[in-house]
Amino acid sequence: MDYFAQQLINGLVLGSIYGLIAIGYTMVYGIVGMINFAHGDIFMIGGFIALITFLILVSIGLTTVPVILLLVLLVSMAITSLYGWTIERIAYRPLRHSFRLAPMLSAIGMSFVLTNFSQVAQGARVKPVPPIITGGYTLHEGADGFAVRLSNIQIIVVITTIVLLALFTWLVARTRLGRDMRACEQDQTMASLLGVDVDRTISMTFVIGAALAAVAGMMYLLYYGLVDFFMGFVAGIKAFTAAVLGGIGSLPGAMLGGLLIGLIETLWAAYFSTEYKDVAAFSILIVVLIFLPTGLLGRPEVEKV
Amino acid sequence: MAATASQAKTAHGLNTAFILKKAVISALVALVLFSLMIGIRTEAGSDGQLTWWTRFGDLAAMVAVVFGGSIVMELLRHWWGPVETVRVVPPSAQKAFSFAGRALVPALLIFAFLVPVIFYDERYILDLGILVLTYVMLGWGLNVVVGLAGLLDLGYVAFYAVGAYSYALLATNFGLSFWICLPLAGILAAFFGVLLGFPVLRLRGDYLAIVTLAFGEIIRLVIINWQTLTGGPNGISGIPRPTMFGIPLTPGDDGLAARLGIEFSPTHRIVFLFYLILALALLTNWVTIRLRRLPIGRAWEALREDEVACRALGINTTTTKLTAFATGAMFGGFAGAFFATRQGFISPESFTFHESALVLAIVVLGGMGSQLGVALAALAMIGGFELFRGLEQFRMLVFGGAMVLLMIWRPRGLIGHRAPTVFLERNTAISSDLVKEGHG
Repeated sequence: MDYFAQQLINGLVLGSIYGLIAIGYTMVYGIVGMINFAHGDIFMIGGFIALITFLILVSIGLTTVPVILLLVLLVSMAITSLYGWTIERIAYRPLRHSFRLAPMLSAIGMSFVLTNFSQVAQGARVKPVPPIITGGYTLHEGADGFAVRLSNIQIIVVITTIVLLALFTWLVARTRLGRDMRACEQDQTMASLLGVDVDRTISMTFVIGAALAAVAGMMYLLYYGLVDFFMGFVAGIKAFTAAVLGGIGSLPGAMLGGLLIGLIETLWAAYFSTEYKDVAAFSILIVVLIFLPTGLLGRPEVEKV
Repeated sequence: MAATASQAKTAHGLNTAFILKKAVISALVALVLFSLMIGIRTEAGSDGQLTWWTRFGDLAAMVAVVFGGSIVMELLRHWWGPVETVRVVPPSAQKAFSFAGRALVPALLIFAFLVPVIFYDERYILDLGILVLTYVMLGWGLNVVVGLAGLLDLGYVAFYAVGAYSYALLATNFGLSFWICLPLAGILAAFFGVLLGFPVLRLRGDYLAIVTLAFGEIIRLVIINWQTLTGGPNGISGIPRPTMFGIPLTPGDDGLAARLGIEFSPTHRIVFLFYLILALALLTNWVTIRLRRLPIGRAWEALREDEVACRALGINTTTTKLTAFATGAMFGGFAGAFFATRQGFISPESFTFHESALVLAIVVLGGMGSQLGVALAALAMIGGFELFRGLEQFRMLVFGGAMVLLMIWRPRGLIGHRAPTVFLERNTAISSDLVKEGHG
């Protein structure tokens, strides 16, 4: 039981990170109708920028941990969202009215560019960082000596995710930008006729998605203590799986899907085999699409002629 | 009116201020983007501690490149600009072009047949030729799925892997010869194609793409982790070389060279492999062209154009999709078996997502459905890769960038052609008593 509780905590933390990435996929898919293949690599870039900012801040003699974390978060979000904006501008906007496969292939190309760019720019080796946030709480001390622990970093990851999700839900539901986004999702031509700047709205969608991916990248760095240039690919596919599982286009769905994927992966690794945890996650994707093509919270797609 | 006039004026005159402004903005964006990723280099030291140093020179160079590149782009856009020029080609030149177009295929075919004769002593070119032909074959195989049936498959490498491992395992464990294993590898791959096809029947477009991608990854992960069968990351080595219908290409007494009474040379095997893959590729092409003329091929093309209409016309979309997947997978399996016998060694590293993306890029670049386009695209892509061999670490950067640029430049591929293979030559009026309204 204690072991299960511990795995549950670990799974939820991992799921929060997947959920943050999944939101980026689901938003872009909802509005532009394409899989932003490069999104996983945006997450990886976010992790790298967080790492570099952290190194600089530490070496100029900053020691207050909350200040460092806040600065790292802001710098990482700012620069990574510029990456999102630039990629949309270069690789996707010229293809917006092209045929269906074109933006997807362009996105795959962009994903290769980003992966290889960080490999060339920062080297192929894994970059470890010493644990920045230590300590935690022991929730339950079992008779056999196994203790359920909740570390501070886990608390931070979960709280950050909840705060961002609340902020983001508010943004979509209550602000002008959110209304524009929902309008573009329904009908771009009509939205532009009614005075919505479609180009700008789509750009902002990519910016917000990239900013959330940057947060996920930073959380990943803090939680696992390492980044490498190839981490975006697998994390990206899993986050996309999460978005599909929750129902693509649905924001709460993306978060729910992320949590489920995180839990499934962690529990599978804990009880069955570590080697096949990715296979489990991908199999879930296939099974979900067979039986629930619209996901858990998605709206059924009406087929029109 | 006045506004249009002034706009037209600025469009024709070189607007220096605008170009400069755009270049400065691009350079600023580049500065922010590259500030940390290029300006700072991190590396893990020997004690596991991260160290960093600055590279402001590289950063400045990159920003300068972006600034200059932006100006050049704007100038090019200005000169080649949106002004549509009507090209007047004299009829004689048009005739020459169409003749060249018709002569291209036989010319390429004859050249392909003559490559081992012309370049007999140049091992490098022969090896490159084999590689290009392998990708031509993979491209033609995937073309059945993507180009004809319009089903986006991002996991094609899975079938290539199934074919390669089928041959490797059958040959090393049971000692079966290449010619028995080749059809078996094809059948096994086709079986996996059907296996993948079943769950994805209801999916369309992007969902299909992501499921096939997941399938490709599952196959690769299983190969890596099922160590007792596949050798895991170490792969399988000592895969038997192909024999010329039972006659080995070895220096021994029963080898081909000894039987023909000529001196043994290792090039014989390379030449044999070259003709083998050429034959396999041409087989793929021939089968595809024949299938296109059959009802099933027409059903594939109809499915690509409109699935709903297809169903309304009574075409069984289930079998149509499954046959497309199985046919494409079978050719992938053949190519995989050939790959295994050529290399003599296979490992999961050869079957990553990059391979799928490369083959898909060849098909899309070739114009989705055009056989000639796919062949030319394979030649251009693999040849281009060889040109950039010196820049080993920038290879994927160049490949990815080229993919993006090609998509923007020609979204429909080099030879964009989607006309149905079969159509009515002319409208025919049918007898009035056959239709209610009185006219056909």
